[in-house]
Formats: sequence, C-alpha cells, structure tokens
Amino acid sequence: MSLGSFLLRRLGSGALAILGVCVLAFAFLHLVPGDPIDHLAGGEVTPAQRAKLEKCMGLDESLPDQFLTFMGHIADGTLGHQCPDPANKPTVAARIAEVMPHTIALAIAGMLIAMLFAIPLGVLAAVRRGTWIDTFATVASLSGIAIPMMLLASLLLLVFFAELHWLPGPTETGVAALILPALAVGAHLMAMLSRMTRSSLVEVLGEDFVRTARAKGVTERRVIYVHALRNALLPVITVAGLQFGSLLSGAIIVEKVFSRPGLGLTLLEAILERDYPVVQGTVLVIAVIYVIVNIGVDIAYGVIDPRIRRA
Amino acid sequence: MTAVWRQLSPSAKVGFAMLAVFVIAGLFGPMVAPYDPTAIDLDHRFAGVSAAHWLGTDSNGIDTLSQLLWGARSALTISTTVVTISSATGLVLGIVAGWFEGATDEIIMRFVDILMAFPGILLNIAIVATVREPGQAVVIAALCANGWVGYARVARGQVLALRDRDFVAAAVALGAPSGHIMRRHLLPNVWGPTFVQLTFGFGTVIAIEASLSFLGLGPQLDYTWGAMLAQGTAFVWKAGFRGYVFIPGIAIMWVILGANLLGDGLRDYLDPRRVRRA
Repeated sequence: MSLGSFLLRRLGSGALAILGVCVLAFAFLHLVPGDPIDHLAGGEVTPAQRAKLEKCMGLDESLPDQFLTFMGHIADGTLGHQCPDPANKPTVAARIAEVMPHTIALAIAGMLIAMLFAIPLGVLAAVRRGTWIDTFATVASLSGIAIPMMLLASLLLLVFFAELHWLPGPTETGVAALILPALAVGAHLMAMLSRMTRSSLVEVLGEDFVRTARAKGVTERRVIYVHALRNALLPVITVAGLQFGSLLSGAIIVEKVFSRPGLGLTLLEAILERDYPVVQGTVLVIAVIYVIVNIGVDIAYGVIDPRIRRA
Repeated sequence: MTAVWRQLSPSAKVGFAMLAVFVIAGLFGPMVAPYDPTAIDLDHRFAGVSAAHWLGTDSNGIDTLSQLLWGARSALTISTTVVTISSATGLVLGIVAGWFEGATDEIIMRFVDILMAFPGILLNIAIVATVREPGQAVVIAALCANGWVGYARVARGQVLALRDRDFVAAAVALGAPSGHIMRRHLLPNVWGPTFVQLTFGFGTVIAIEASLSFLGLGPQLDYTWGAMLAQGTAFVWKAGFRGYVFIPGIAIMWVILGANLLGDGLRDYLDPRRVRRA
C-alpha cells in the first residue's frame, strides 16, 4: 500500500469511527426504556412543565430531526445546552472546556510517569535476565496489573497525604497535586510497558545485527543502549501512544477518588444528575480525543515503518 | 487435559489454583456464609475481628466475611456470563468476517472500530448510566456490548492466516459448504488463542465490574467487591477500620493475578517459541 492510500484509508476509518461515536452517543438517550423527563424531574411534573422541558430538550421533534439538532450542536461547537434553563447556563462545550485541561494534564503526567519507571525497569530486567532484578520487575508489573486503580489511589492518598504529609491531597490541582493521581492512573500502563520493554529488548538482543555489533568489538554497554534499545523501544512507544485512551478512562476513577476536577468527574456528576446533554458531550469528547490520538500514532508508525501499512 | 497440565509452567499452575479457589468460593461460599450479606446491624458497626465476625463488620454492621463470599458469587456470575457471551459472539463474528471477507468483513470490522473508539470502561459507563438502578443484567449487557470485540479481532486474524492452509483448500476443493468449513476446520483452530484471551478476560471483567460498582454504577448490591472497595475507601480515614479496604482489594487482585498467570502460561504453552525467546 502506498503512503498516500494508507493515510487516506486510516483517516477515512477514523472519520467513520467518529461518526459512529456520534450516533452511539445520541442513541444512548433514546435506546433506554423510560422517559428522560421523568429522570430529570424525578417524576413530579405538571403537564405544562413537562411540555416545556420536552420542548427545551427537543424531544417533541421527530427522531431524525433530533439527530440533526444533535449533530448541529456538535457542528456549532456548543455540544448542546442544559435544560430547563438554557439561557442562564453555560453551554455543554463551555463546561467541558473548563475541566478538560485538568484531565489532559493528568493523562500526560500518567504517561510520563509510566514511561519514566517502566523503560529503565524493563531494560534492567532484560539485561540482568534471571537475576533478582528480573524477578522483582516481574512481581512489580504483575502487581501493577492486578491492583484495582481505586485501591491504589486511596492507598497513595493515605500514605503520602494523610500520614506523611509529603504531597497535596484531594480537590487540589497544582503541579505537586498531579503526582499522586498520575501515579495511580499510570500504574497499570507502567506494568504493561515494563513487561513489553523487557520482552522486546530480549528479542532484539538475539538478532543478527546485535551479534555483528558484538563481533566488531563494540562495548556491551553501547550494544545494549545504542544498537538494541533503539530498535526495542519502537513497539513500546507505539503501545504507549495507543494506551493514551486507557489513561483517559482511568482518569474517571482517579478523579473520583481525588475529587479532582476533570472530564471524568464532570461525567460522573452529570450521570448522577441525569444531565444527558453533559453525559453525551463528555462521552463524545473523550472518544474523539481517543480516536484522534490513535490515528496519529498509527500514521506516525506507518510513516516510520512501511511494514505496518500492509496490515 | 493431563498432558496440557504437565506442560504448564509452575506459575500457570498457581494461577489455575487461584482461579479454582475463586470459583469454589463463588459456587459454595454463599452456602457457608455465616450471615445474611444484607442484614444491617447498627449495634455492631465497624466491629473488629472476633469469633462472631471473623473479618469484622462494615459501616452498617454487615458481616464482612459474608459480604466477601456473596461478592464472590456476584463476581463469578458476572464474569462467567460476560466471558461466555462475549467470546461466543466474538468467535462467530470474527470467523464469519475472516472467512467471507469483502463487504461482510468491512461491515463487521467497521463496527468493531466504532466500539473500540470508546476507551476502556467509558462505553460501559455510558450504557449503565442510561438506567437509573442498573441490575446485574444491565451490567452484564454493558460489559458484553464491547467485550466481544477483542475476541472477534483475534478470531478474524487467525482465520485470515488459516485461509491459505492446505487443509482448508482441500475442504473447499471437496465442495464443503462454508458453514461446515467454519465449524469443523476453522473453529477448532481458532479455539486455542480464544481460550487464552478468555482466561485474561476473567480478570478484565472483574476489574471493570469492580470499577463500575466503585463508581456507584454497578449492580446496586452492597456486597459486590467493588461496592465494598468503595465503602472501604470512603472510610479509610477511620482508625481501626483501615484493614477493611484490603479485604475486597485482595479478593479482586487474587482473581486478576490468577487470570494473568494462567493466561500467560496457556499462551506460552500454545506458542512455545515465546518461551525460548524469553
């Protein structure tokens, strides 16, 4: 496949995925049995109030018209408004824009922390295969995979905030307050990446060009860190990029534990308040970020490594 | 079966044993649970370990051990159901997509793309959120909604590789109908990798279900492990009650760890080259 058609195909399937996400986000509200107005108003509404709410939410229109309105709210960038009093409330997009930087910062910090710990640990485990370091890395990554994120988040808070007073606690948003949530959100990825780094480096160290380098008399240090590691890290970094979305969904849980403002907390509050436009908006935004990041990683990788384009 | 067992690595056997404990606890735990896991006893809140309550009680005075055992039942029910439905759906759709290719493949795989555009538990949350009081069935449906996708991708990949093999070409040449080829020739060869994935799936389902319960979006029961974890973290500041959070925490880790150890072992068994590399 040529680069051009690879790009077109990947962008096309991405656009289709985003369209599908829009349809699904719209459908959630309409697939459910029961009446969104009852959910919103708690069942105690007069017929007049009901009619007003229905009009505000556009529920008096036909389903295709409602879908067009929904897509219109996406196109005009407001993502809809909150009923029953749309004029005096910020648009859904404004609410999301206010908290989004916190979630993006958390996801990026989680990614950095994961790579910062995972790659050295994976390299050490691969280089010192079969030693206690290797065993330690295996145990550490298995625990990282198995520990529920909410438990880890609470334990981090308990130890580093409540007991040791080293780091700021819930509801804060400064840079120092990013460390604990980022650790909690990145732990799972850290575990995954360190295992990947290990197996990828072990595999590369067995390849011919490594033997050639050693035969030429290149120092072992240089063989590992210059020749082998460069090749071994390519798949690791790709997987890290593709996992960015899992950090976003992890943020939902961590934001809840830390009461940290963000997309996740906004989504959860909206769910409890039965605030459907906000639920749809946040779901849409998270999914679209995810799709865009994935396409970006895919394309970058396809440009670097032509073999990928065939798949 | 015994041949497989003998070739499994020790860590895979440990994983198997851990999962077996979980299954036994889920099947028989509720029968031996000393108390009703919903029996509120406000005179004995936050009780420590005692002869009457081996693992103490929670914020409502409910016996922790009983909660734990009933929670195992809930986790076992949900994980078994979700893994069975997801893998069956994924297998069928994946084999069909890989075998027929063309338009069928495009439609199924584009649908897979769309479902995969939702990161992790976001889709599950979105589905559960549409119901005011999600029961176990809603949680199961939400987890299955995108649970099948991974199985479909693996099955399709396997079938694409199998298509060119001689035994498939021979079956086609003999005039075997597609249904027969898919059932008798493709399915048995796709089953291995699916089983590996299914093993990991147990851990994933438990983790997601616990997260949903933790967020208050699970099957509105007090005794799911996720709900226990939510309670434990809410009261983690209360001196003397800190140990509580570890009980559901360890239970969840136990299952995820068991599933991962067994899954790794089965994968190595099916693809011995991986072991030589490692």
